[in-house]
Amino acid sequence: MRGPALSVGFIPLVDAAPLVVAQEMGFAAQEGLALDLVRAPSWSSLRDLLVFGRVDAAHMLSPVPVAAALGVGGNTTALSAISVLSVNGNVVGVNLALAQRLRDAGHGFDFRDAAAAGRALIAAARGPLRVGVPFPFSMHAELLYYWLSALGLPAPQGVDIRTVPPPLMAEALKAGEIDAFCVGEPWGSIAVEQGVGALLLPGSAIWSFAPEKVLAVREDWAASEPELSARLIRAVWHAGRWLANPDSRVLAAELLARPEFLDLPPEIIDRALSGTFTVAPTGEQRQVDGFVEFHRGAATFPWRSQAQWIAHQLAARMGLDRTVAVEKAKGVFRPDLYRAALEGIAPDLPGASSKIEGAVEVETPVASGSGRLFLPPDTFFDRRSFDPDAIIAPKNLHRN
Amino acid sequence: MLWRMNGPLSIAVIENDPDRAALISESLHATGNVEVHVLTGAADLAEHITGLNPDVVLIDIANPSRDMLEAMAMATGPLERPVAMFVDRSDESLTRAAIEAGVSAYVVDGLHSDRLKPILDAAVSRFNMFSRMRTELETTKRALEERKVIDRAKGLLMKARGIDEDEAYALLRKTAMDQGKRLADVAQALVTTFGLLS
Repeated sequence: MRGPALSVGFIPLVDAAPLVVAQEMGFAAQEGLALDLVRAPSWSSLRDLLVFGRVDAAHMLSPVPVAAALGVGGNTTALSAISVLSVNGNVVGVNLALAQRLRDAGHGFDFRDAAAAGRALIAAARGPLRVGVPFPFSMHAELLYYWLSALGLPAPQGVDIRTVPPPLMAEALKAGEIDAFCVGEPWGSIAVEQGVGALLLPGSAIWSFAPEKVLAVREDWAASEPELSARLIRAVWHAGRWLANPDSRVLAAELLARPEFLDLPPEIIDRALSGTFTVAPTGEQRQVDGFVEFHRGAATFPWRSQAQWIAHQLAARMGLDRTVAVEKAKGVFRPDLYRAALEGIAPDLPGASSKIEGAVEVETPVASGSGRLFLPPDTFFDRRSFDPDAIIAPKNLHRN
Repeated sequence: MLWRMNGPLSIAVIENDPDRAALISESLHATGNVEVHVLTGAADLAEHITGLNPDVVLIDIANPSRDMLEAMAMATGPLERPVAMFVDRSDESLTRAAIEAGVSAYVVDGLHSDRLKPILDAAVSRFNMFSRMRTELETTKRALEERKVIDRAKGLLMKARGIDEDEAYALLRKTAMDQGKRLADVAQALVTTFGLLS
């Protein structure tokens, strides 16, 4: 049966997989939905398609709905993240000249130690480091600012972070317009394949559990279409669970490779899904566990504290009041809608809606429906943590 | 305000196709006192735009370089001109029309809508024309391809069954009608089958 058709926008990236799989493997049909997947040319266009109602839902960079809530950037229409779509999935890469200087200085490209790689990168840079990211409001930009400023490079002044569309990233690297990049797969691997770049780190080496993409809808749509949004959350949750099964990997890469989705060879797409990367044109390989997560450890649960971490970072670098920003971001991620949609279906929903980001150092059991939920480590490379309540609470005391 | 109140309005058009760029320029010039600069969507686009300091930037929605302009919409330094995005503006019907037509506009903050509207109207109608042209082109191309396949199918039938062209065509048409299919699809099936058998 074909139920109501929902149009859902996506950007051709590996982490669009839950939406592609929800439609192609029948998880949407199981919920009585037909997803009309619309490939968008850029993040700003996709955001506008969503804001103006040309699509009902969208694959979206997690900071975009937060930026809207803070009133920064080109859009102020309220957006809600009704589910996280993926955790992690980015790579940091450098051009070949910089890669050579790093090697000459003794860096081994272990693809693991963010502190060592960051110090080596800062030392090897000549002038302000120019780094390409896909969008000004992206986890890519937030990870870079967090990483480099923690290592002593003043951000945003000490680093020149530029917007480069992912398909043009390899070209910009080759043309010498940027020294480095942080981009979602498969675009980092494509720079390696084209012989213009080397991969320095997976994003997960900077923050081991970073909410990367969310399923975004307009806040008013979420309010007026609770039934459709619940079905969509469920379809995407089933797709994520299917993707987490290692047996699904080959088929998932084949699906994503199709002309209407990524239109790229499945072999390149498989690198992100398997975590086996070729990090340099010389063919060296590195393995990353949990390179991109679609399900494990409640990966798609939209923690309020994740949105608040993003708000705190955005406020810090844009000169906004941090307490106000953290408060404004509170309602952007919607654990309430996620939980209501999956109650009785997902066996392990967290009991809490907020956590101290960066505090889980080893896989830890937490309170959940079945009592069997384990949260994987969510640490930052520098072992700092972020407690949104510690930022909001003191101010509330003064107010009352 | 730093921008010129009464001088020519400076418009940057980001377009890789020179023919399209010329048509857009022409229609913008027709709206009056404007200065049009055509840029291509290269990676250093943001620098070019900063150097040009235009009042309005027009870009095809399908151009991935559009994301580069988003960073400029946040420039708030004391010497930089704030570039607000058009979709935030009060005239929602015009914004919708622009999005439907496939053009997006970035506009310097404070630019009066009286000056902006004719520019956007011109851009919208030009982009609508492009999308019509594209549809027509695709239709023509498809018709031509179908015509070729039908001709090949006729040729195969004439040879295989020793009939003339009119009879071959009548046979194809009858088969299509009997099967409730398009003539071109029947012809394609025949050509494919012949290719497999020969």
